[in-house]
Amino acid sequence: MSKDIRIKKGLDINLVGAAEQTISKAVTSNVYALNLDDFHGITPKMLIKQGEEIKAGEPLFYNKNNEEMHFVSPVSGELVEIVRGARRRILTLKVLADKEQNYVINKVPDLDTADADTIKTYLLQCGGWPFIKQRPYDVIADPEMTPKAIFVSALATAPLAADPDFALRDKEQEIQAAVMALSKLTPGKIHVSVGSSRSPFNDIKGVELHKVSGPHPAGLVGTQINKIDPVNKGEVVWTLSAQDMVMVGELLLTGKFNAERVVALAGSVVKEPKYYRTKIGAEISTFLYASGVKEDRFRLINGDVLTGVKTHTEGYLGFYNNTVTAIPEGDDYELFGWNKPVFNKISSTRALTFSWLQPKKKYDLDTNTNGEHRAFVVTGRYEEVFPLDIYPLQLLKACMVKDLDEMEQLGLYEVAPEDFSLTEFICISKQPHQQIIREGLDLLQKELG
Amino acid sequence: MKEKLHQLKLKYQGKKMAPAFNALHTFLYMPNETTHSGAHVRAADDLKRTMNTVIMALVPCLLFGMFNAGYQHYSAINGFPENFSLFDHFLTWENFLVGITTVLPLVIVSYGVGLAIEFLFAVIKGHEVEEGYLVTGMLVPLIIPVDTPLWMLAIAVAFGVVIGKEVFGGTGMNILNPALTIRAFLFFAYPTWMSGDKVWVHEGVQRAGTADAISGETVLGSLAQGSDYAYSLSDMFYGFIPGSVGETSTLLIVLGGLFLIFSKIASWRIMLSAVVGALAMGLIFNGIVDAGWLPEYSKFYTLMSFPYWQHLLVGGLAFGIVFMATDPVTGSQTNKGKWYYGFFIGFLSVMIRVFNPGYPEGVFLAILLMNVFAPTIDHYVVKGNIKKRLKRFKTATIYPKASDEVDSLKTETA
Repeated sequence: MSKDIRIKKGLDINLVGAAEQTISKAVTSNVYALNLDDFHGITPKMLIKQGEEIKAGEPLFYNKNNEEMHFVSPVSGELVEIVRGARRRILTLKVLADKEQNYVINKVPDLDTADADTIKTYLLQCGGWPFIKQRPYDVIADPEMTPKAIFVSALATAPLAADPDFALRDKEQEIQAAVMALSKLTPGKIHVSVGSSRSPFNDIKGVELHKVSGPHPAGLVGTQINKIDPVNKGEVVWTLSAQDMVMVGELLLTGKFNAERVVALAGSVVKEPKYYRTKIGAEISTFLYASGVKEDRFRLINGDVLTGVKTHTEGYLGFYNNTVTAIPEGDDYELFGWNKPVFNKISSTRALTFSWLQPKKKYDLDTNTNGEHRAFVVTGRYEEVFPLDIYPLQLLKACMVKDLDEMEQLGLYEVAPEDFSLTEFICISKQPHQQIIREGLDLLQKELG
Repeated sequence: MKEKLHQLKLKYQGKKMAPAFNALHTFLYMPNETTHSGAHVRAADDLKRTMNTVIMALVPCLLFGMFNAGYQHYSAINGFPENFSLFDHFLTWENFLVGITTVLPLVIVSYGVGLAIEFLFAVIKGHEVEEGYLVTGMLVPLIIPVDTPLWMLAIAVAFGVVIGKEVFGGTGMNILNPALTIRAFLFFAYPTWMSGDKVWVHEGVQRAGTADAISGETVLGSLAQGSDYAYSLSDMFYGFIPGSVGETSTLLIVLGGLFLIFSKIASWRIMLSAVVGALAMGLIFNGIVDAGWLPEYSKFYTLMSFPYWQHLLVGGLAFGIVFMATDPVTGSQTNKGKWYYGFFIGFLSVMIRVFNPGYPEGVFLAILLMNVFAPTIDHYVVKGNIKKRLKRFKTATIYPKASDEVDSLKTETA
């Protein structure tokens, strides 16, 4: 039985360059890379040295705080480079792929009889664990904890984001396996939110299905948690993205870490925006140039335009991303841009901005901030696009002044930086909301563990 | 041009004068700044656009104020015209000329002094020049009498900007509305220039005591003295009455307010609740009079018996509600808090009006008072949310850490 959730507050950002629903196979990448920034808060300890050979699914490194938590290689080949930054911090691990891929085949637990510990150990050892994230703190789940519930969002409302209904079709078997395994890890429910009747999650057994509609951020799992069963102090919930459910499911069914993933290449700069079948860590150029680009200078984003990470044409597909977006850079001046009527940009006001006239129109936005960074001035605007039962402005200010008590009281436990992506988008003072929340979460975690 | 300015900007980068240059540069061109962290695209609005929208809403009031300065001046000399015609008696060149010579200098001094201080602080403290003063600088000339001496205004502006805003950290950090701080400074430092029946008409003070003496009392002033006023309701609504430069035309203020609500720049919650608050207090006073609790010789009688809804037409109440109470920085920041904040502004304004006959206008005092209380209101509103969360916490399902379980087992066996 599904329960309906209708989100009223929010804003759909319609952009040109949505991916056409056809899947092409991307050219095989020579080098695959893991970007360690994708694993927030993890200190890596290498298990193999530079120059050594590795199989697909074999651990590259483990988490310093939890030796059992392995991070595995998406492909087989030679670890050709360990890119380090300041203080020898590891930034990127690059694996030169073999022509013939060799996989580690793990011994699969019997999903019907396995207990929680067996599942946990299996996922930790075989590289499936990093797909599970937790709240509070929006980090990779702590396997020591037992979550009160697990949440999966199977609809995407972010601008130009890959549509899970399309990208994950025919994956019911994998998803069902993942659900069976995950249900052992929590005494609570597995809440799945779907957007349409086409969703591969519709017929999955053992989940609490929610039908979610409304503007962005209806598709963000944080919104759904807040509406279904909000996180309280001391509580833990886990979240997985829909596409990572498939990866976990396949790992449980076949014993193989299959890094293959369907990725949407979108954005106004892309000539033929569409879906590609590729692997985690693949060179983005392997499919970017297959679709072609319209200009030389553009912003390439691992993820969607609101929450993605800036990358470049020599970059690699992120561990969690199923969308790659390319939009124009906006590093140009605009004569009297601050007071003339605006027709070609999205706005949440009507201050000589006219996007309210055509809510369905698709816009070609660039990366210009459309104004300078200022102190918070305007009030009451964030609330219109922020459906969570939280005071966004007050929480942001609490994070900025590092008031731990207030951060707790106002509900920082419940949120992830992505929940503040829309308030950041409309922010008149151009404040970095997601960064403020990220720093607040890090501080809270450091102080309270 | 664009390229040259870009080169200049790079040249100034990191230098002391950079904020001053950038402030001017960004007025010409929206900057080439791109997103670094978080969302890669941003909405079209920025603070400049926001402030500019408020200024656009104020321009009609300013223009009307200019004509009205002349109209009140000539009417005080020649008497009010019979068979008033808008184009023959109001929108005339003579009237406008008086406005240009009296109101425009106020605007120039207000902006000149205020912006100079803003630039100075920006350069000294090394932050960008913030746009807050663009609106403040426009509000100030509209809420003072037409003949306010320029040196007085300059001192008041300097006081208001430095003490009212910069000491708190600039735009966005101040507790009191800067424009009203300036107004309050003028009121307490130079009370004779801010009240009485001479200051509202151009040359009224200069001519006092001579054979050509002219005067014009505001409606509230007349009421406070228990005397009659010669203005009809439509005069009050359209604004052909004496008063501070921009506050008289309720019609244009309402239009400006509707524009601000439509453009989603100002809070309709504050405006609506302030109107309700003013009507409520007015009704209470009317009720007291109707019930016969107040003897007719009481000095509050005329003001208390003034029809409750007409309070919105006279004095600075409408202007204050639309343009001052809605200041997002000094007002209540939560939507629920805005209802209380606005209501008390309206309520207290009318109360101060009636009980403060020495100076029969209470709007700016009411708003400043509520500015001080706004954080308290927000505190209690936010506390409601916190309480809800605490209540939820009681039913929290918290499972112990796996390692804790093992530890407790160990201690049991040991």
